[in-house]
Amino acid sequence: MKLIFEKSRPGRGSSYLPPCDVPIRQDMPEALKRTEAPELPEVSEIDLVRHHAALLDRVYGVNRGFYPLGSCTMKYNPRINEEIAGLPGFCGIHPLQPEHTVQGCLEVLETAEKLLCEITGMDRMTFQPAAGAQGEFTGLLLIRAYHQARGDVRRTKIIVPDSAHGTNPASAAMAGFTVVSIPSGADGCVDLDQLRAAADDETAGLMLTNPNTLGLFDRNILEITKIIHDAGGLAYYDGANLNAVIGIARPGDMGFDVMHLNLHKTFSTPHGGGGPGSGPVGCRETLAKYLPEPAVERDENSGALRLRKGDPASIGQMKSFYGNFLVVVRALAYVLTLGREGVPEVSRNAVLNANYLLKKLESVYKPACSEPCMHEFVLTIDDIKKETGVSALDFAKFIIDQGIHPPTMYFPLIVHEALMVEPTETESIDTLDEAAEIFMKCYMTAYEDPEAMKKAPATTPVGRLDEVSAARFPKLKF
Amino acid sequence: MGGYIPSSSDERQKMLDQLGMADIGDLFSHIPQEVLLKKPLDLPEGLSELEVRRAMEKIASKNRRFDTIFRGAGSYNHYIPSVVKHIAAKEDYVTAYTPYQAELSQGLLQGIFEYQSMICALTGMDASNASVYDGSAAAAEAALMCRERGRNALIVAGSCDPQTLHVIRTYCSAAGMEVIEAAAKDGRADADAIASAAGAGTAAVYIQQPNFFGLLEDVEKIGAIAHEAGARYIVGVNPISLAVLKTPAECGADIAVGEGQPLGIPLSFGGPYLGFMACKSAMTRKLPGRIVGETLDIHGKRAYVLTLQAREQHIRREKAGSSICSNQALCALTAAVYMSAMGPAGMKDAAVQCMSKAAYAADKITAIPGFKLYFDGPFFHEFVTQGPVASSVVLARLEEQGILGGYPLFGDDSGCILWCVTEMNTREEIDRLAEILKEVAAV
Amino acid sequence: MSNYPNELHYTKSHEWVKYIEETTVEVGITDYAQKALGDIVFVNLPHIGDSLSIGEAMADVESVKAVSDIFCPVAGVVAEINEELADAPQLLNQDPYGAWIARIGNVEEIEETMTAQEYEEFIAKEA
Repeated sequence: MKLIFEKSRPGRGSSYLPPCDVPIRQDMPEALKRTEAPELPEVSEIDLVRHHAALLDRVYGVNRGFYPLGSCTMKYNPRINEEIAGLPGFCGIHPLQPEHTVQGCLEVLETAEKLLCEITGMDRMTFQPAAGAQGEFTGLLLIRAYHQARGDVRRTKIIVPDSAHGTNPASAAMAGFTVVSIPSGADGCVDLDQLRAAADDETAGLMLTNPNTLGLFDRNILEITKIIHDAGGLAYYDGANLNAVIGIARPGDMGFDVMHLNLHKTFSTPHGGGGPGSGPVGCRETLAKYLPEPAVERDENSGALRLRKGDPASIGQMKSFYGNFLVVVRALAYVLTLGREGVPEVSRNAVLNANYLLKKLESVYKPACSEPCMHEFVLTIDDIKKETGVSALDFAKFIIDQGIHPPTMYFPLIVHEALMVEPTETESIDTLDEAAEIFMKCYMTAYEDPEAMKKAPATTPVGRLDEVSAARFPKLKF
Repeated sequence: MGGYIPSSSDERQKMLDQLGMADIGDLFSHIPQEVLLKKPLDLPEGLSELEVRRAMEKIASKNRRFDTIFRGAGSYNHYIPSVVKHIAAKEDYVTAYTPYQAELSQGLLQGIFEYQSMICALTGMDASNASVYDGSAAAAEAALMCRERGRNALIVAGSCDPQTLHVIRTYCSAAGMEVIEAAAKDGRADADAIASAAGAGTAAVYIQQPNFFGLLEDVEKIGAIAHEAGARYIVGVNPISLAVLKTPAECGADIAVGEGQPLGIPLSFGGPYLGFMACKSAMTRKLPGRIVGETLDIHGKRAYVLTLQAREQHIRREKAGSSICSNQALCALTAAVYMSAMGPAGMKDAAVQCMSKAAYAADKITAIPGFKLYFDGPFFHEFVTQGPVASSVVLARLEEQGILGGYPLFGDDSGCILWCVTEMNTREEIDRLAEILKEVAAV
Repeated sequence: MSNYPNELHYTKSHEWVKYIEETTVEVGITDYAQKALGDIVFVNLPHIGDSLSIGEAMADVESVKAVSDIFCPVAGVVAEINEELADAPQLLNQDPYGAWIARIGNVEEIEETMTAQEYEEFIAKEA
């Protein structure tokens, strides 16, 4: 398929603006003037539209088919939320307008904060972080500020289980901490002895997700957060797996002090091919003063909403302005749609769907852990690989040929040949039954015709790619 | 109440029967009692789609959207061709995940590759990543890229957007990197101040072009100072201005960053926006975030794939240069469609119109007794004036007339306002603006 | 079948060490290591003049999906680095004992190493 540059022809293009209605001026020194026009495509509008139509034939979104990516919560992205985010009264608002002209925008942030704090058991929330990883970075800076304010400069370590998502240790390092990795127990949960040994007066905090990256709820969660608090540290909750417990249990009630949410996971905002997401950070009142600015608050006298800036206790600013506002708009619409009764139905059905699918696969597939799962489960293909030579990668590529998106491969790192499956609550029993059939077919084919799996995918526009050359000799532009 | 759960109660019962359970609640029985919610959350009742639409429209109606905008300061009102919104709203682009399964996602990967190529074309750089959160975060990430043994200080030209500086400080303080602000002189970077601050411990120098006050900086000169001290040079650029300004690459930049919102992304009350980062080839492997590369498949067909992943957090974990996981993919795609729709001629036209109309507006305003330009020197599409009246008075009057005036600076009493004029402002609007200012000043 | 030249010394973290002068050693990775890493796409070399201690991560090696640290088996100062690896990282796969990573001088201490035979036994146990 051609690149748009290859469809470009000199002189082609559309003009969208009227002629300039004032005299042309370019008052600047010659030395600053651009000498050659940028090599951008010159295409007509019809060619541009067709180019993207062709590209779209090679893109697979969750609104097209099943997307059981473990840890990603690929649930349905409601259409109404797109329409609401597109309202001129939201998307046509300049971020530096006078406060009395943006009371609606501030109300979105205030209301979203109220509702999400209730859902998570936190006291305050900021919507500034643009993604989960940026949320983690923000939360860790809150922890840092907390200890610095207490004069406790020895606390330089963050404890992270080895089952954690890579962003956890990376964010901790970015925030200036040293990472202490603790091995998980045989059941994939936190090994309490290891935790007790690691938690000391140099511990600033612990980062944890619950249920964990194996899809298991750690029963010892209250003991875990207690161990950290007793050692003088704070507990950070990675909200990536909230879909398992939303409306059933709250991170605040599990003992966590600070956390992030992924609006593009639990709260149905679209993934956009890799972004924009939103990673709001919630915290207890004790950490609220350190939250990034500008922050939304309500004037006690006038009742009007306004933006607070300039508080020296604040950790600073994570990006310009207030966060991925239009993403928060979508999430708010979603929460209002769900309401009090709808919120727990999300996790109840997410967990039901995952257990149902796991049950259908258990006869041949080996789950990484023997316990009932929550909203996702991890299968290990290790035994199958030893017997047939077919790997988790081969499984994933073969699944592509069967018409659905494969599950997550090779995560968490502590499971060999892992495939992580998260159906979410927005899938019907029919979709789950079809998916189970596909998985069974994969299993059979691994034993009957392993070569077919190694050659997969065969039905896509391109086959397996040479990732080695791509990394050795990077070609990153036309 | 909605929830998008397709299962009927019969179907749910069927699933529970398969699991040998009586109630969905049984699936949560292993969760400690103390942690389970005992009563429903204090949330309002769920709403139907019609009710949600009304509720959100009501909230939106509490905002005032201006048809005439003369404010920039980091967020710019440009014309977005309909085709851009149309393509960016396509369901598969909107609802796709990150293209880790490359064979299934060639459309998205190629789209991002095209975006990267266009950013390189605009900036003159050798490599671009697939985007980061926004322009300020891009500047901060660029600073972190430049850390080296013995070089841990960043010099920032104080004529940049204060929010960018604030974000840089937040990131750098966490990383233990020193930030030295070289205060602006007459609205521009102070070359002497930067030269005296730069030394063997300087990792990089950062400057914004055009700067926060709209003024054009002597980018090459500052670059020479940075390199003289053995430091790297980071230039934050406005992408529309690059249609007419010399590329940061030609000016000596090692890294070019900037806010891509002007490239087809609506004002959006500040987000989601688009941070672009591009660099010279020597620094390619230090770029954070996702990068798409070209390769071949097993049949020899050209294809695209996320590459250089061993830089990233999911592989390096705590040794990654940055924790960034996602990019602003849909925003990057939007920008690519904008740049393709406008093409080099359209981008130049937009840039020239911005400059021309800003010059026209500056002349009209400064012709009013009591108003003058606050800083000297060439500017792109923003400029600062100082007037005889408190800024709030000026802006309130404009607001009454349905106009969002410029951004007030330096305290209300200074009467200083940062105006932005784009191709969206007609001559009539600018004339009307000048008329109103004249009335206000005359009082 | 991996091969382990007899004249080299081997570490538990799969580096090989060769004395080229009294206080200068050459360091690389073993055949076992390059096989485990898979196709190597990039090598982050140390800098000349870097002062290193035993067990300090002095370089890293990237494959498509993983990155591995190379630990310095001696206490010394980096005297030379193999620039060839910057353009041709695959040399580590093709010729692990010829494609040295760094030459370290002013060697004061060396960690306990194994002989070729001991290393062979060590690997057999690991697998």
